Amino acid sequence: MSTADVEAERSPSPSTSMSSDRRRYGDTVFSVLSVGSGLLIFLTLAAVAIFLTTESMPAVIASQEFSGTADFSLVDYALPLVFGTVLAAAIALVIAIPISVGIALFISHFAPRRMAAGLGYMIDLLAAVPSVVYGLWGGVWLVPKLEPLYVFLNTYLGWIPLFAGEPTAPMRNLASASVVLAVMVLPIITAVSREVFLQTPRLQEEAALALGATRWETIRTVVLPFGRGGVVAASMLGLGRALGETMAVLMILAPGATFSLHILEVGRHNSIAANIASKSAEASGVDMSLLIFTGLVLFVLTFVINAIARWIVARSGPRS
Amino acid sequence: MSTTAPAPSRPTSSSAPRRLAEERRLPWYHLVFTGLAGLLVAVAALAIFDALSVTSAILLGFVLHLLFGWGYSLLREGPRWATDRLMTLLVIGAFAISMFPLVSLLWSVIARGLTRVLAAKPNILSFWTTDMSGIIGGADAGGVTHAIIGTLLITLWASLISIPVGLFTAIFLVEYADQGWKRTLGKGVTFLVDVMTGIPSIVAGLFGLALFISFMPDQSVRMGIMGAVALSLLMIPTVVRNSEEMLRLVPMDLREASYALGVPKWLTIVKVVLRTAIAGLTTGITLAIARVIGETAPLLLTVGMVTSLNWNMFDGRMATLPTFINQQYRNGNANCMADSVTNPINHEVYACSITTNIDRAWAAAFTLIVIVMVLNLIARLISHYFSPKLSR
Repeated sequence: MSTADVEAERSPSPSTSMSSDRRRYGDTVFSVLSVGSGLLIFLTLAAVAIFLTTESMPAVIASQEFSGTADFSLVDYALPLVFGTVLAAAIALVIAIPISVGIALFISHFAPRRMAAGLGYMIDLLAAVPSVVYGLWGGVWLVPKLEPLYVFLNTYLGWIPLFAGEPTAPMRNLASASVVLAVMVLPIITAVSREVFLQTPRLQEEAALALGATRWETIRTVVLPFGRGGVVAASMLGLGRALGETMAVLMILAPGATFSLHILEVGRHNSIAANIASKSAEASGVDMSLLIFTGLVLFVLTFVINAIARWIVARSGPRS
Repeated sequence: MSTTAPAPSRPTSSSAPRRLAEERRLPWYHLVFTGLAGLLVAVAALAIFDALSVTSAILLGFVLHLLFGWGYSLLREGPRWATDRLMTLLVIGAFAISMFPLVSLLWSVIARGLTRVLAAKPNILSFWTTDMSGIIGGADAGGVTHAIIGTLLITLWASLISIPVGLFTAIFLVEYADQGWKRTLGKGVTFLVDVMTGIPSIVAGLFGLALFISFMPDQSVRMGIMGAVALSLLMIPTVVRNSEEMLRLVPMDLREASYALGVPKWLTIVKVVLRTAIAGLTTGITLAIARVIGETAPLLLTVGMVTSLNWNMFDGRMATLPTFINQQYRNGNANCMADSVTNPINHEVYACSITTNIDRAWAAAFTLIVIVMVLNLIARLISHYFSPKLSR
């Protein structure tokens, strides 16, 4: 198909003498357009940083830390939100990582090879579902279903600080939000881990099997050590996604602003993203720039997490 | 350990052949027996404690199966194979548990959403052909035309911004960033695209908002184009990534053949590189659109919400499917004083339903998922049927 195009191109190009001008013109336009697009990416990110900073300035200037007089404090406002965001994302990862690694191993090493592609597609479907639908599903369907589990955890494992406190129905607590977040980051962690596991050197695996290792022993001694860096990087990518996710938290969590560790209690936590989404409609002036300030904090947080993830991938990834 | 390893120094001892036999693996159907045993015990235990349900039986049965299977295998096959069995079961369980949300989510969306779509009055398509103007209280009516049009318009504009920029950036990275300062720029762009991939969607929304409210006199301005700009911030990195991957797959031979024939570089790119990669590019772009069309958070911040159709991207708020779902969900259960509600202005009478808001949210979610799945399907079909056969 493509060779035919080249042949079609051959007949006019030597015969036309006026083409040299047009050719140089076309080349210049194309080169300028593509270099310009590259520069536009630079400009866009610079604009993101600049606009977020300048628009959050009024809040910083008016804050207690800066002026000493105003009635609100940046740290007091932002820290509980950061705490809630990080806690929700961390719990989501604790749930999602073991399951994702299991799925990745299942697809790469346990499932029949013919089924593997189809199963991978099923997991990708999870990633295709819009986050607002997850929020709806979590809020309407999942929250009542989780109630017996929470009551059980609270009654029998209440001596662990995480499960302490007094959960009340409906269970719009941090734990429910984290469960939905876990479902949302699952496909990301699975996809990256699966890629890494599939790149395990074939000969090493076969050598382990030839020595009489069972399938699990092969995985433990060959596949997992090889894929460790990839799994860590995948988890960091998932963490970046979980930190920035809005809808699942907004639609499930009943907000609060404390440093409580009791994830089963309702109305104790909130995340940066959900806080912005719920308050932006009515906010203006200093309130708005306070929200933009928390957005900047979130941006920096996810940027650092993602940078660490890329660094790990670049350092230990098999593709380097 | 000492009981499992068949020591080569002891083949003469009388117990050795039995040990060797123990090490042999049992056929797979023994797993079915232990599985059934686990399930039966689970059902019995749950029945005693009066907590029997399909979900709890399956969950407890699985946990018991882990225990039974492991113990059985330990007795019959030895600890190494027992661990292997246990891990196999755990890995299968991990996959099954991940299917659980997918199946239940799709089921809820179809059961509650499709039902509401089909139950729409006066005809089956009414949910998709009416909007929310004049719908008050618990009125069991209304639809999502305005939201569908809004979603499509905003996504279209986001695509109009992102696809040229993303495509040309990918062309720059593959075709131009090979030496000198362009190489340095290329490395920077690759890094920044990575950074952009990680931007939380709410931050993209804040950017769209901050960008416009710093120019506009009215701080509460919300319009479609703001949403399109915010979405394009999320869409550009996906387009760049997917397109770059596809362009790199085009063999160097094709480009060199074209140059050898005296074809200028830009014409080579247009007629050879892009044409060879067109299927992959279309797939990648369709997937990028599918990803962006369901974004909610940026639109919550930038386009607001209305109850009727708005075609103008540059004036006034717009409704979109994701924000419509969120809004209806937030409205929660409606108040029904009587069996019907009457609009005081145009005196139309509607049936009253307590769950009308949630039902509309499910129906809109069904609509959105159908759109996303169709886009994904189109992408798959394109890449399946139109990708060039490079090997032949």
